[in-house]
Amino acid sequence: MSRLLLVTVLALALAGGAGAQGPAGDAKRGSELYGRYCYACHGPNGEGRTHVTIGAAPLRTQAQQKGMGPSLQGVGALAADFYLETGYMPLPKIGIQPRRSRVVLTSGEIASLTAYVASLGKGPPVPTPHPSRGNLALGFHSFSDHCAGCHQIVAEGGYVTGALPPALEDASAVQIAEAVRIGPFVMPRFSEQAISNHELDSIIAYVQYAKHPDDRGGWALGHLGPVPEGLVTWFVGAAACLGFCVVIGQRLRKS
Amino acid sequence: MKEGLRKLLLGLAVDAIRRPAPKPLRPGERERIVPDGPPEPRGELLALALLGFGTVCAIAFVAVYVTDRIPNQTQFLGLSLGLALTSFAAALIVTAKKLIVTEELEEDYPAEEHPEEQQLVVQTVHDSGSRLTRRTLFKLGLGTAGGALGVALLTPLASLGPVIDMDPFYGTPWKGGRRLVDENGRPWRAGDIEEKDFYTAFPEGADREQLGSAVVVIRLAASDFKLPKEIAAYPAHGIAAFSKICTHAGCAISLYRTPLFPPYDPAPALVCPCHYSTFDPATGGTVTFGPAGRKLPMLPLYVDGKGHLRAAGNFDEPVGPSWWGVRLRKPSP
Repeated sequence: MSRLLLVTVLALALAGGAGAQGPAGDAKRGSELYGRYCYACHGPNGEGRTHVTIGAAPLRTQAQQKGMGPSLQGVGALAADFYLETGYMPLPKIGIQPRRSRVVLTSGEIASLTAYVASLGKGPPVPTPHPSRGNLALGFHSFSDHCAGCHQIVAEGGYVTGALPPALEDASAVQIAEAVRIGPFVMPRFSEQAISNHELDSIIAYVQYAKHPDDRGGWALGHLGPVPEGLVTWFVGAAACLGFCVVIGQRLRKS
Repeated sequence: MKEGLRKLLLGLAVDAIRRPAPKPLRPGERERIVPDGPPEPRGELLALALLGFGTVCAIAFVAVYVTDRIPNQTQFLGLSLGLALTSFAAALIVTAKKLIVTEELEEDYPAEEHPEEQQLVVQTVHDSGSRLTRRTLFKLGLGTAGGALGVALLTPLASLGPVIDMDPFYGTPWKGGRRLVDENGRPWRAGDIEEKDFYTAFPEGADREQLGSAVVVIRLAASDFKLPKEIAAYPAHGIAAFSKICTHAGCAISLYRTPLFPPYDPAPALVCPCHYSTFDPATGGTVTFGPAGRKLPMLPLYVDGKGHLRAAGNFDEPVGPSWWGVRLRKPSP
């Protein structure tokens, strides 16, 4: 009887251990990491700092800084996972566009910080997209509708006034799903009504396809479209034709 | 039987590659026109080799096309066809340069054959007009008729675009009470429109291909609007609608910039991807950057009893890329 009990307890413990592995991090360790990396801008308990008085000491002019970091209460594990996994945060300087950069935190630290930020308020969890369930044609259609205006039709990135929409070649399926729901920096945020989960799966499937598209024509020229293609036509093709004409003309003149 | 076939094939092959001796001229046959040239066996061989290579390339094209399983299929198709055409052209050049006998002929410009008759024609024309008494008036009449005919021929150019009647430029399918629907025809509810997202809407039951049809719908906090007095009442519950057609070159406004952290991020803006004309929705679509010359047309909205979005009238500005006289009047309500 006692042996049976022991086996049951062991099995339960193993199952619990198996369930704990993955993103479940230690929120207490996360709060320590928060103090080290995030507190300066996002303030105590992730309240955010929108008005900061600096230089408030005797004989020093006082200045109001217009803000340092937004509130993290209620953003959930989704946002924390996105910003930390992409290296968008910690930001090297206040007031610049977060860019994909080297991730300084280990995956365990990220999991702990994510758990801590998720504990600050009720927010969305890290999504689990299923790009294999998506439809590539629908993804292309939705991507050209919602995303291609900024990110370019094969996600090579581009420009808007005041920001640089990144290329999506390094974006993982989870990161794409997160970014669509957050709308980082100046990107619009898309609710489940605007882009359903199935549509999102399809968009992810398309973005993953667009990393290595089928270049039927051969030389893709960076997938940038008619401008580089026109340049090649004019400066390579037309120049070769002209050179050929000159050679023929010279030989005719000699004979 | 087999032996006979072999002999036949061998005979055909020998016949194909042998050089037959030139036949002597028989009595009664015409003399040569083009002078005789020496034979050029090397040129012949070169041309034949080029033709053979072209044949191989053309067959390779067919093979690649039929196989349809080779990586870089398109490139091999292009390469084989290109080489086939090039070698065929080269074979023709070699044939023309080395194998065809050529000679140069020069002919002088012929002298006038009948100077007296030409003089006669000139005089006939001159004398035939002697019955005309009002020569100047007659020339004037001819000129006028010709000019009028020219104008008549140029008139169809007017079909390229209205010059006098500008009304079609101002017309849009929007009028008071028309519901905003999405691309599937479902009416938009005010509750569907969220902040920091943007939506495309069309007039219910109207032609969507018309320039004035598509509008972009966004929502801002009601306190964020800084609208001039004339259009202060245009948004409904913070929801504002603008024409989706850029006033610069008529591209679709498909970029919406929404700051996640307003103190630092650039302010909300509708941006056209063609030339980066940037419009501020908070001030009613005024241009903040880029080549657009005038503000984005804004559509007045209201929310009906069922919560559906409806247009309260027409745009405040003419829709579409600008043209001469675009500022002369406003679209009719």
